[in-house]
Amino acid sequence: MTTATISRWDRFRDSFLWYSFKRDKIAIVSFLVLVLMVAAAVFAPLLAPTDPYDLAQINIMNSELPPVGMSGADAAFPLGTDAQGRDMLSTILYGTRVSLLIGFGAVVLQAVLGILFGLLAGYLGGRVDSILMRIADVQLSFSTLMVAIIVGAVFKASFGNLMFGEIAIYMLIFIIGVAEWPQIARTVRASVLAEKKKEYVDAAKVMGFGTRRIMFRHILPNTLSPIFVIATVQIANAIISEAALSFLGLGMPETQPSLGSLIKSGFDYIQSGSWWITLIPGLVLVVLVLVINLLGDWLRDVMNPRLYKG
Amino acid sequence: MALLEVKDLDVRFAVRGGDLTALRGISFSLDKGERLGLVGESGAGKSVAAFSILNLIARPGYIAGGQILFEGKDLAAMSERELRKIRGNRIAMIFQDPMMTLNPVLSIGTQMVEAIKAHRRISTKDARAIALSKLNKVQIPSPEKRLDQYPHELSGGMRQRVIIAIALLLDPEIIIADEPTTALDVTIQAEIMALLLELCEQDNVALMLITHDLGVVSQVTQRMLVMYSGRIIEQGSTREIINDAQHPYTQGLINALPQMGQPGERLFQIPGSMPSLKNVPTGCPFHPRCKFATEQCKRTMPEYVRSGNVDVACYEVSNLIEQEKHMQESEQ
Repeated sequence: MTTATISRWDRFRDSFLWYSFKRDKIAIVSFLVLVLMVAAAVFAPLLAPTDPYDLAQINIMNSELPPVGMSGADAAFPLGTDAQGRDMLSTILYGTRVSLLIGFGAVVLQAVLGILFGLLAGYLGGRVDSILMRIADVQLSFSTLMVAIIVGAVFKASFGNLMFGEIAIYMLIFIIGVAEWPQIARTVRASVLAEKKKEYVDAAKVMGFGTRRIMFRHILPNTLSPIFVIATVQIANAIISEAALSFLGLGMPETQPSLGSLIKSGFDYIQSGSWWITLIPGLVLVVLVLVINLLGDWLRDVMNPRLYKG
Repeated sequence: MALLEVKDLDVRFAVRGGDLTALRGISFSLDKGERLGLVGESGAGKSVAAFSILNLIARPGYIAGGQILFEGKDLAAMSERELRKIRGNRIAMIFQDPMMTLNPVLSIGTQMVEAIKAHRRISTKDARAIALSKLNKVQIPSPEKRLDQYPHELSGGMRQRVIIAIALLLDPEIIIADEPTTALDVTIQAEIMALLLELCEQDNVALMLITHDLGVVSQVTQRMLVMYSGRIIEQGSTREIINDAQHPYTQGLINALPQMGQPGERLFQIPGSMPSLKNVPTGCPFHPRCKFATEQCKRTMPEYVRSGNVDVACYEVSNLIEQEKHMQESEQ
């Protein structure tokens, strides 16, 4: 097994992907920032000075303390505190975790649905194609936010606020995943339409492979690069959608805030001078989405089959 | 009984404005271990014939009539499930362009193991061992290394060897080779053809070779079919057809070959070009280009007549045979 892993590593080091990555400063910086943020989010429980979910650690007397460097700051809260007296640094770490989780989760759901329906529509064609793509069109004609607002409101009304807090993450993953699957399905379908005309598909049929095997084992791997590119961009979109929903009060509750709900919670105090509660999570969100989009752009350039065939 | 027997096969394409007939009344047979050549211009229906043998004509094409008997069972009437057991397993196919027929993102080993596992319950390890032995058989340099390589890492000739190895994986009875060497350069062509011939002889595999290279057909095959506009116009012993073609079209094909030792001369051309499927002429489809064409040729398609070991569909030939008979009778 060791020889196999070494050769895979060598293969990667020889690849065009690695070559172009090494030469693209923006990609390197974006990647490093993203890795840092993901790592910080994953290890939030270890890194964060306090646990914002633990009410016992919160003291209301510490509320609205400014970040270090301003008058009235407390060294125990480097980024200040919010209106409930929670440490902003800890809250942001945990919030980034929630945002990323929803972003990745929603895109995984999108990818599963999109790949499945895209493959079926593209490969089987005919009536299956028409039906699936009309469903996709209908889906796309609703705005994500509108669907989310309706579903969110229904959930909130039927489960009550307490229960809602527990299922909010799954609900957001579900809403954003289901609302956006046509993006991936369309991309997959387009690549499948191009791939299925190629001779290796005929060759696979001649070898007696079944339809399922041809779709998943032979065509799918050939459509992975556009899926990869669009999935990256979709993660950024999902994070933004989640932030927007939370900002509107339909997303994560303030007891387990995401970046979006942090921005919202601070928004009420921005007029009274506590700008940091909104601004700092806002900056984190912008940077997070920006680096993901920059990486997506770079991936798109690298994986463009017209520029490089591999 | 012949291993493969095609009887009166009609293949049509349903397009706007009615059906186009791509194959009309094709009949031929292939015995175990026999090598059969299928020649004709582009568009004559050679590849359609190859695909329809495996019942793989894609929509809008369909088999409109006739039988394809493989070991006595009709492939044209078989379920998709049964067909899948035959494709690749009993009848394998080799395509023209080795760049295109291998999946670019799967390693050679994966593709070979896949092909075996599609037909046999076998462990990956055993499947890899079979793959390796077949790669050895096609004389590819350092076969162990090839298993982990991807198609783009191999040269054209090596890729075609891999494709032959894949065709041989499950020890099929028939290999259909659709212009297996056209995409390769000339020196490699000869090597690959020799290899294919050797392997087929070794394992007594029947080979159906589709090509427009009459040279290859004459060297490799025992019998040949000449197709024109979806019909077989001449079939029989390769040697007899090459040495003494009866049908004016076959004669034209042979005369159009560049001859050694006559530099500077213009090559012979059959005047005109093959009719499109949309307006196939009535009667013999070749009559507009044929210098012997008569009123009869324009009206009805000629029946096959036997001349030596060759069946020909041509009124000119049948008339000549009649005349000879009369002359022999009057001599007696």
